[in-house]
Amino acid sequence: MRVLILGIAGGIARKLATRLLDAGHEVMGLDVRPWSSAPQGIEFHRVDVRKRAAEDIFRRRRPQAVVHMATITALTMRGGERGRINLDGTKAVFDHCRDYGVKQVLFVGRHTFYGAAPDSPLYHNEDEPPRALEKVPELADLVAADLYAATALWRMPDITAAVLRVCYTLGAPGTGTLAGFLRGRRVPQVLGYDPLFQVMQEEDVVTAIHLALEKRVRGIFNVAGPPPVPFSIIIRETGRTPVPLPEFLLARLLGRAGFPRLSRGALSHIKYPIVVDAQRFREATGFRYAFDEGRILRTFRESAPLPGPEL
Amino acid sequence: MSREESLTERADRLELPFNEFGVDPYGISKKHIAMAASVFAVLYRNYFRVKCYGLEHVPPRGRGMLVGNHSGGYALDGAMVITSMFLEMNPPRLAQGMAEKFINRFPVASLWTSRTGQFTGLPEHALRLLEDDRLLMVFPEGARGTAKLYKERYSLVDFGSGFIRLALQTRTPIIPFAFLGGGSALPTIANLYRLGRLFGVPYIPVTPYLLPLPLPAPLEIHYGEPLTFTGSGDEDDEVIAGYVEQVKSRIAGLIEKGRTARQGRLGS
Repeated sequence: MRVLILGIAGGIARKLATRLLDAGHEVMGLDVRPWSSAPQGIEFHRVDVRKRAAEDIFRRRRPQAVVHMATITALTMRGGERGRINLDGTKAVFDHCRDYGVKQVLFVGRHTFYGAAPDSPLYHNEDEPPRALEKVPELADLVAADLYAATALWRMPDITAAVLRVCYTLGAPGTGTLAGFLRGRRVPQVLGYDPLFQVMQEEDVVTAIHLALEKRVRGIFNVAGPPPVPFSIIIRETGRTPVPLPEFLLARLLGRAGFPRLSRGALSHIKYPIVVDAQRFREATGFRYAFDEGRILRTFRESAPLPGPEL
Repeated sequence: MSREESLTERADRLELPFNEFGVDPYGISKKHIAMAASVFAVLYRNYFRVKCYGLEHVPPRGRGMLVGNHSGGYALDGAMVITSMFLEMNPPRLAQGMAEKFINRFPVASLWTSRTGQFTGLPEHALRLLEDDRLLMVFPEGARGTAKLYKERYSLVDFGSGFIRLALQTRTPIIPFAFLGGGSALPTIANLYRLGRLFGVPYIPVTPYLLPLPLPAPLEIHYGEPLTFTGSGDEDDEVIAGYVEQVKSRIAGLIEKGRTARQGRLGS
């Protein structure tokens, strides 16, 4: 199968590209970020998915399957540009897929779609609407991109489309939202709250996407690995020190004093859990995780040692 | 053997799928259960001297729904029912209540209810827990039930009906129970609703001695024979109301029976 990966220079996307290549697929990808160490056999184009050059790749190379991972989380970029990449980029991808005969599209989204709210059910299934968006407006464009991608299911019935809502990932070396939050020696918590977090090893995420491609799944699927664990256990087992602070104080300290950056609204994500029920995906693909929660945390601890001496 | 050790051992014997960190897939933590039990066991055994009857009616494993009356100005009754299941059952069972929505908004309360399996009362939670063969604890009177005043302590207010639909849908036996003495432990003479709203709670109970702290009144829990209804959960409201009425009258019967026996024992 000829697979095009959008956002291929990202941590998980690189591993996916290599895995697909090893499995005998023809792999190409594009990203605005560089990937100088791209393995031989992977065709890499450094272009923006919204630009004409990206459309040219669709036209010339005619991919059979597209994995769309070129979206940006709230933490890495602020403001309108993020919204343009997430929404305009996603629209461009689906338009090109329709225009150039792509048979299958996977939109790789995030489980934070569901929002963190005190009165939400603990386990979210795919039929639920996004909640508590007003608390974290920075997530709105990702939620919109997810919902927009899902419209392909009825707008483009000839394409096998799927939206994957993937939980937090940790890897070695770790990339992504949670790994960024755990980078420092001290990790803040909101005093009196200890939400459950679902983590998944990067290799397992790659397996899940690979399976979704091979099984040609269609629809919306939550993707998760082992059962969730409390945030405090994640912090401790990765060798960090939890620092519980009252919410009003923590809101002022974020991004300062060695604490990670997080918008004030996103504090709800370390107060209340976002846990997904991934049964539908397991049934559709037969996916089984290889890394349990203990192994994921130990692997991260070993690969991401504590920075600098203790203050 | 110290009491703390035996409570930790009891937590170890809970038949829940704990992982290597002692946490189950719902975030219920063995460590937190043992810590909470060390406080509630003292209240249960020494302060309220809780007496428990009819434990043989509670299934030792598999899904079940404990359904009873509210007694006392706040969820003291629920805490004692959970403690009775933890201390008196063999193997111990974790009863999981369906908490009021406001509780999860508060720091500390949010953490402890999450770690001890006392989740917000959402149908999704109840359904999932029952399908996982857990023991659910339901007070169908809701917050109206805890708001009962001292003079109304043996009465029952209107029951919600959601629990019957869930029991039908999941083929869960209902174990009715009567909780006695909560009204004397926490004699409420009035409820301050406006003040409660300021604090984000439904109301604040007022006692003759003003503070909403419980007195060491003896408490009793009477578990009754399980009731099993058959159906799909999609029945008409009238059918469901009939089942609700059966459960309610069974609980009222347990209250009466317990009250008569209690009057004989306490001489009041």
